[in-house]
Amino acid sequence: MTALLATGDPLLAGEIDGGVILLVLLKTLIVFAIPLVLTALMIWVERKVHGDMSNRIGPNRAGPWGILQTLADGAKLFTKEGLIPERADRLVYRLAPYLSAVPAFLVFAVVPFGGDFNPRSDGTIDGTVTLLGNATFLQLFDAQPGILLVLVCSSVAVYGVMLAGWSSGSKYPLLGSVRATAQMVSYEAALGLSLVAVVLVSGSLSTHDIVAFQALPGRGLLPNWNLIVTGVVPFFVFFIAATAEMNRPPFDLTEAEQELVAGFNTEYSAIRFALFYIAEFMATITFGAVIATLFLGGPAGPDLGILPGWLWGTVWFFLKLAIFPFIWIWFRATLPRFRYDQLMDLGWKLMIPLSLGWILLLAAIRSADTVGTDGQRIGYLPAVYVGAGVLLAAVLLQASITVGRRRRELADLEVFD
Amino acid sequence: MAVDVKGGGIVDTDEGAQELTPTRKGMEAKELLREVGCVLRLSEADAEALEPGPDDETMIINMGPQHPSTHGVLRVMLELDGETVVRTKPIMGYLHTGMEKTGEDLTFLQGPTNVTRMDYASPLFNELVFCLATEKLLGIEDDIPARATWIRMLLCEVNRISSHLLFLATNGMDIGAVTMMLYGWREREEMLRFLERITGLRMNHNFIRVGGIAADLPPGWRDEVLGLMDMLPPRLDEYDVLMTGQPIWRERLQGVGVITAQEAMALGATGPILRSTGVPWDLRRDAPYLHYDQLEFDVICGSYGDCFDRYAIRLNEVRESIRLIHQIVDMIPPGDYRIQDKKVTPPPRARIDESMEALIHHFKIFTEGFKVPEGEAYAAVESPRGELGCYLVSDGSAKPYRMHIRGPSFFHLQCLPHMMRGGLIADGVAVISSVDPILGEVDR
Repeated sequence: MTALLATGDPLLAGEIDGGVILLVLLKTLIVFAIPLVLTALMIWVERKVHGDMSNRIGPNRAGPWGILQTLADGAKLFTKEGLIPERADRLVYRLAPYLSAVPAFLVFAVVPFGGDFNPRSDGTIDGTVTLLGNATFLQLFDAQPGILLVLVCSSVAVYGVMLAGWSSGSKYPLLGSVRATAQMVSYEAALGLSLVAVVLVSGSLSTHDIVAFQALPGRGLLPNWNLIVTGVVPFFVFFIAATAEMNRPPFDLTEAEQELVAGFNTEYSAIRFALFYIAEFMATITFGAVIATLFLGGPAGPDLGILPGWLWGTVWFFLKLAIFPFIWIWFRATLPRFRYDQLMDLGWKLMIPLSLGWILLLAAIRSADTVGTDGQRIGYLPAVYVGAGVLLAAVLLQASITVGRRRRELADLEVFD
Repeated sequence: MAVDVKGGGIVDTDEGAQELTPTRKGMEAKELLREVGCVLRLSEADAEALEPGPDDETMIINMGPQHPSTHGVLRVMLELDGETVVRTKPIMGYLHTGMEKTGEDLTFLQGPTNVTRMDYASPLFNELVFCLATEKLLGIEDDIPARATWIRMLLCEVNRISSHLLFLATNGMDIGAVTMMLYGWREREEMLRFLERITGLRMNHNFIRVGGIAADLPPGWRDEVLGLMDMLPPRLDEYDVLMTGQPIWRERLQGVGVITAQEAMALGATGPILRSTGVPWDLRRDAPYLHYDQLEFDVICGSYGDCFDRYAIRLNEVRESIRLIHQIVDMIPPGDYRIQDKKVTPPPRARIDESMEALIHHFKIFTEGFKVPEGEAYAAVESPRGELGCYLVSDGSAKPYRMHIRGPSFFHLQCLPHMMRGGLIADGVAVISSVDPILGEVDR
């Protein structure tokens, strides 16, 4: 395991010369360009796939198959006049779009978008590739608190949405931002708790190390992906919480067109609206990347020949990344929208307790092999106790929820007001 | 109408303030009663005791007339406590074109052209009810050829399907299942294409005329309509998969916008709204018109009076209409498609070329119209939205002295405050959607 950890990006370990600076600049450019290009494609794919699912053609005018539609939309939005409502708080109103858009870009910095994670001849996995004579991670920045940065960025993005609605000086955006605040704050908890499970099994916060852990040989034919190692549940919790966190249907309450017109961005136009739009679709890309990294092994995958070996990591990464945006488009085409209280119920009464219980159970199971202070192997007995405790807690929680609901219904019947 | 500006610039009408009063302080119990939409659950004495509650914790918000889910130009003023709807006031009149008044200036022959634009989602029912009332005044209702009557029924049932498909589409969209909107539109388009083949127009057909219909069915209509009826059932099953069994869909609609049978009847609700409460009231069965008494069909009923019942009723009424159409197609007899009464029917086109009398007759009918005996008549049909009635008064001239349309959507709108109270905004959207108001019919 020591080979996995404590290394850091070898690029910056040695002497900083022109090649290193060039590589860093190149990686910065890539990390900036990839999300942007993918976002433009994502918007087009979303409109095309959604159109196909609902018996429409979708955009087909700008460029072949309408692929340049996003560019056309962008050009239009960027040249329009940006209106500021009279009652808006002008400073905050202008600031909010950037609070949404900048974090969306930042997340990609810690995501390994490639690298050779196959074991070297000496059995170690370092995930480096050699470019311009320097060994390097295909990742802009392997921060030690790595994955926490993802949480930080998604938390900051909440401020963008919240302040946009609040500063618009209008009622519908206000309702949208109130919804957004409550929704994002509560799903952040579920998001964080399911992350704990990943960190627990991988033993590191660094995204590079999490991928390297998943590149280890798994049991039998199964890969060592966190999806399997953490027992599927954290994956689903993270996936659903991420859907809610970035306001994708069926959790798109903050901009529910049929209820709040356009929610928090009702009063926004031109480039400021475009920034929200970009931030929202970029979130599907970055969260797809984060989920692929955390649960599906990111760039870890076999070298199948044909292409140069170092490129396979990138290929695998983007293949895995593409799964999630597609599922989100699928969601949008099929699922009705949740109601505000149902959304809160799902978050607080199901997702958070579920991931809490799962962490306890996972920790207890994983501690089975450790040696306690008395020199004995701890074994599975604590796990059984914890399991029983979690089950009991679940039953009690369910009972209390049922009682609460019945009380509410009775109260509705008795008192009119 | 007493126009008086009260506090807050609220315009008063003789039915109370037109808009929601911004503050509940000093509001009369009667007014409060009306605004909180609990006409039937509280006595006025109880309303007197009703604590208005703090004013500064609520927000008044305008939904509409330009809002994605108010189905046209309905304006709903909401008083919100957080997201909870406290008071609701539907305000209408944004689509008022004075059609009832216009009707008094058009001859009975021109009447259907006017009324067909009222409920634009089910235009044939408007024409039908106007023609039924006129025929009653003329005393020819028993002389309408059987073929005309059966064709009227065929067209109306196709129109009912297209109207319900429109509801399914918009209801899906309002709840957030956007794909459903396109699905519903797709099937509705097929129905409209069929109606266009028959009547020449997709909407506002002006096809049902006094004394019969405008033209005979074109060749090949039978295969076309049967083809449509074969196409629909699998699509409806698709809707079931997409919506009916969907847990989020059920959660969003079940127990939302509940109204009881007693309340619905007191508020004048008919159609799917009344049937959702468990009252099996369908004019096709309970006050048969045309030849509905010869057909076999079920009246679809709900039991909870919630949005889900109203959705399920309409979905299943489409299935019932398919059943009806299968029967109607076999029943259409050969014969005339309009009454051979020289008074109301213009001579055939071929006769005009050879007979001066026919030409004069044709000219007179289309310039002056035909005179209708003095009297009054009321006819009602079961439109997709409920009881659609037409009240006509004739003073013996060729134009109605007074025409009044009882539009079901108008009555259903006044159920809104009652159904929306205590729900969230999202519930309000579901309720408006499940009422399926057509504003053209409300404002007339």
